[in-house]
Amino acid sequence: MKITIADVDHVAMLARLRFDEDEKAGMAEQLSRIVEYVEKLNELDTGDVSPMAHAVPLRNVLRDDEVRASLDPEEALRNAPDREGDFFRVPRILESE
Amino acid sequence: MRLYELTAHELKEKIERREVRVEEAVRALLDRIAEVDEAVRAYVTLAREQALAKARAADERLARGEPARPLEGVPVAIKDNMCTRGIETTCSSKILKGFVPPYDATVVELLERAGAIIIGKTNMDEFAMGSSTENSGFFPTRNPWDLERVPGGSSGGSAAAVAADEAVAALGSDTGGSVRQPAALCGVVGLKPTYGLVSRYGLIAFASSLDQIGPITKDVRDCALVLGVIAGHDPRDSTSVPRKRCDYLKGLVPDVRGMRIGVPKEYFGEGMAPGVRAAVGAALKTLQDMGAILADVSLPHSEYALATYYIVAPAEASSNLARYDGVRYGHRAPGCPDSVTMMTQTRSEGFGAEVKRRIMLGTYTLSAGYYEAYYLKALKVRTLITRDFDRALEKCDCLVSPTSPTVAFRFGEKMNDPLAMYLSDIYTVTANLAGIPAVSIPCGFGEDRMPVGLQILGRHYDEATVLRVAYAFEQATDFHKAKPVLGGAGADGAVVGVAPACGAAATGDGSGEAGGGPTRKPAGGEADA
Repeated sequence: MKITIADVDHVAMLARLRFDEDEKAGMAEQLSRIVEYVEKLNELDTGDVSPMAHAVPLRNVLRDDEVRASLDPEEALRNAPDREGDFFRVPRILESE
Repeated sequence: MRLYELTAHELKEKIERREVRVEEAVRALLDRIAEVDEAVRAYVTLAREQALAKARAADERLARGEPARPLEGVPVAIKDNMCTRGIETTCSSKILKGFVPPYDATVVELLERAGAIIIGKTNMDEFAMGSSTENSGFFPTRNPWDLERVPGGSSGGSAAAVAADEAVAALGSDTGGSVRQPAALCGVVGLKPTYGLVSRYGLIAFASSLDQIGPITKDVRDCALVLGVIAGHDPRDSTSVPRKRCDYLKGLVPDVRGMRIGVPKEYFGEGMAPGVRAAVGAALKTLQDMGAILADVSLPHSEYALATYYIVAPAEASSNLARYDGVRYGHRAPGCPDSVTMMTQTRSEGFGAEVKRRIMLGTYTLSAGYYEAYYLKALKVRTLITRDFDRALEKCDCLVSPTSPTVAFRFGEKMNDPLAMYLSDIYTVTANLAGIPAVSIPCGFGEDRMPVGLQILGRHYDEATVLRVAYAFEQATDFHKAKPVLGGAGADGAVVGVAPACGAAATGDGSGEAGGGPTRKPAGGEADA
């Protein structure tokens, strides 16, 4: 599968990344080569093979719902790039009217 | 023997017998770092004051007559993707520069509870993506055996620190070989435990179904010692497996007589450097001479492992790295008019080229229309690869292979060709896909007298067998005692064992053949560790 500049634009938007034109061309070329390589897997018939998402068969790991201390808000906010009171402050999210 | 040259078990004994104070040991390591780290550049952050304070507290404990703990006073280094409360943790990424975690990773807690002293955080490929530590967002680490070469990666800082005696032991993380490959390239011991044996809580996630923390040490006994401290169930990691604790030190018996060791033919094919082939071949002969039974086995889906890995790992990474959005911690691009622009700008400035490449690859293979063709397909092949191992390990106690197809390569050699770099992981990614334990131990010298690693792979949770074979091999050879020449190479040049710079003399047999014949102890030679 050849990855085009349009593919790079679309995937970059999904991944919240931005590239200049040179980088896009390089990314399209490198991703095409990697994808071409991984398409080697199509040689294998995996019709009746079940997928393995994890190396250990653990299911629904639950713990008792006990009340206990969690991270102190001041500690949680210590690394914040910007804050207001007990909140993380970010640039505007909604379009203004 | 200088203090900084001791193994963890040797140093702990001296501390226990009160021959050495913990503060002395920590100062010896800090002095060693001051002496050689300008050349090696293994550390991104030093925790000098914290380490000295903890050392004094440990000395007071011992003075009060409290018993020495398993790693009492042992200075250790931690890869910079494990959270250390109060010590900057960056994953060697600009996007996390300045991040000071409010909590400790479970492994850090366990090490400190066992008496270890954390002296610093080691350099790595950014977010553990790479095989050379050249992808660090800050600077490359150099191989202590040849400063013109890479230490391997992604735990290159941890492996180089141990090889250069800048840490007595270290932790790395291994997603596709990131503990074992740098350990091999730096001539030290590195173990990737069974998936689920060591808690990932506080390990900054790369590919959650593959990531596992493991020790990087000077010998196999230290590996078993550190593993015993960090292994165990942790309710804070839902993939941590509840199991009975195991005394890995007890299993270290220097005897492999009658053990069946599988040699997978797919791991000895094309693409291996002649020097690596010779060293690993000699190692197999050594094991056979020691009474092990070598058996030819086949892992037929091996040729699909790298492709499978390079779908699964970037897919998981693209999801895990979505959290770096400039909102709660780390870098935030200034002056952006809205949040989406801020996130896009932050990520574009903060991530390096390889991380972006993998996020793009993972996002692509998970995106609508491609999920089944790539990701789901890869998960099915992962099943086939795991079945190969299950079958081979039914008939064998463990398997052996080279750790890496080549010795350490030169800077820049593979930086412009991602696929060539990915091939460094060809023998290591399978253990992560299957979740099995695998260790790399020094087994000789290859091209340009650079270290070669032997990989030993075992059954799920059977670290004991893997370590036993590693220990037996180590007891029969001297490779783990070889040290690189570094620092003040003056009259008191602190070199023990053999030095690669001495050419043929390095193997002690004077033959100087390519690949280096193994240094074998005389028959009946007593183990001295």
